[in-house]
Amino acid sequence: MRTRRLLDAIAVLIALVTVFPIYWMVLSALKPAGEIQSLHQRPWTLAPTLDAFRRVLSANDFARYLLNSAVVALVVVVASGLIAFLAAVALTRFKFRFRTTILVLFLIAQMVPVEALTIPLFFLVRDLGATVPGIGLNTLGSLMLVHTAFTLPFAIWMLRGFVQAVPDELDEAAQLDGASRFTVLWRILFPLVAPGLAATSVFSFIHAWNDFLFARTFIISATDQQTLPMALLVFFKPDENDWGAIMAASTLMTIPVLVFFLVVRRRLVAGLGGAVKD
Amino acid sequence: MTTVVSEDAIRASTAAPPRRRRGLAPVWLLLPAAVVLGALFIYPMYQLGLLSVLDFRQAQVSGGQPTHFVGAGNYAQLFTDPQFWSVLIATVIFAAGCVLATLAVGAALAVLLTRISRLPRLLLSLAAMAAWAVPAVSGSTVWMFLFDTDLGFVNQALGLGGFNWMYGRYTAFALVGAVVVWASFPFVMVTLYAGIEAIPGSVLEAAALDGASTWRTFWQIIVPMLRPVLAIVVIQSIIWDFKIFTQIYVMTRGGGLAGQNLTLNVWAYQQAFAASEYGLGSAIGVVMMLILLLVTLLYLRTLRRTGEPL
Repeated sequence: MRTRRLLDAIAVLIALVTVFPIYWMVLSALKPAGEIQSLHQRPWTLAPTLDAFRRVLSANDFARYLLNSAVVALVVVVASGLIAFLAAVALTRFKFRFRTTILVLFLIAQMVPVEALTIPLFFLVRDLGATVPGIGLNTLGSLMLVHTAFTLPFAIWMLRGFVQAVPDELDEAAQLDGASRFTVLWRILFPLVAPGLAATSVFSFIHAWNDFLFARTFIISATDQQTLPMALLVFFKPDENDWGAIMAASTLMTIPVLVFFLVVRRRLVAGLGGAVKD
Repeated sequence: MTTVVSEDAIRASTAAPPRRRRGLAPVWLLLPAAVVLGALFIYPMYQLGLLSVLDFRQAQVSGGQPTHFVGAGNYAQLFTDPQFWSVLIATVIFAAGCVLATLAVGAALAVLLTRISRLPRLLLSLAAMAAWAVPAVSGSTVWMFLFDTDLGFVNQALGLGGFNWMYGRYTAFALVGAVVVWASFPFVMVTLYAGIEAIPGSVLEAAALDGASTWRTFWQIIVPMLRPVLAIVVIQSIIWDFKIFTQIYVMTRGGGLAGQNLTLNVWAYQQAFAASEYGLGSAIGVVMMLILLLVTLLYLRTLRRTGEPL
């Protein structure tokens, strides 16, 4: 059992190395300014302070950006979840022509380099904004729209596995008992798929919350419509980066995702199994 | 639930089995997804192709000059530009390096997970999950700080004070690659670990009884049995790493000194939004799309071969 002990030690060491950047981020966010500027950084601090957080939250309307990010992510989670649920039911519970083709298209859609699509989407959103003010450039609506679209293929693909897991006999029985299609959908399938929907939501949430690309492209001049990733870059300055503030902002941006991820850890793996197949 | 059995229900139960129903219902259920994806996915893809054969710059955007069709002009300009080939090669090598490193680390740790006690296993998988969860922007900034020229903890610990990782093309790529691997090995590790766990224990026991080493067990038992999962993990990684945007954009400030760290993705973006060469940027985007489509078709073939029922 000596090798086992050794392997255990190696595993713990790797775990420590892996979390080290996260530890360093939180630590640096709590360090007083003097220690951040030090040429002899210590992996601990004896004088933790919330100064950096205060600086971040007071300056530049950061709380506003935090809220913007949250609103965008939540709208995307709800919209994408609902649309994906309906589509997943159609693709698992019904047999129709082109079903396989549609599935393959959803798979291909996941591979599309979204970054390349920013160019046409930029013009599309600009033109949309001319007719519908809420979803043009410089609005949160534009971000909600594109993220709903780009989270859909994966969400549908993943939810399909969860809908498939609900036995057909269940909705058949309900229909025999006279339940309408709508009732079957919302009263039978929806609650049973809800755990899968939660796992899918995490992906959609993270996708929207982490987005840097579209926030950078669509929100050009309206600073009150900015989201976190862009706001974070404000603390990078040509002469001297405000590392304390950058780390505090990064921490604020990371915490919700981290909590989300760890809470649904098990579901996530199960869901990936369904989506990726193993 | 009601126990009243309607006439319809009786008819339904005696008619053809309702297992796979027909009718218009799937159309209504798919409609919302089709509308959203059609407007924001398929139409922009068509637009991207269209833009790539147009002369489309700032003057055309503002309406000062009419757009005109240049056919393969943008592509010709691209393929004769030495920078295109340099960026393409850099993209492929960078992606390949990231994929190989991610797979090596992820696979090694997946095997490690199967051979350790419960608590270390929990710690390692929690740590990996945490790294996975960190947003790309935050991850990038933290690693930038850790490797900062003077204030970086790593630079100080290694006695590299004053060394700027971002000046050299290769050191910059290496650092960005490290962040990418750090963020993406957990997916490989978790997926492969689940795959290994699904291998019947008796097979591995038999190998151990026959005196097979970990190395041999890995290559001659685990790898062949995991081929379907491995294929998926490999191709998924290729697709992700080929498209790396945020880390490069944030860490090298939009492509590095004199564009030395540009990849196709970032270059297309910069051509369009920094240089206002929307047509040229779209052409780069199309090239990327075609490369990824090729990879995707490979992916589909593997899925088919593993017998995934679509």
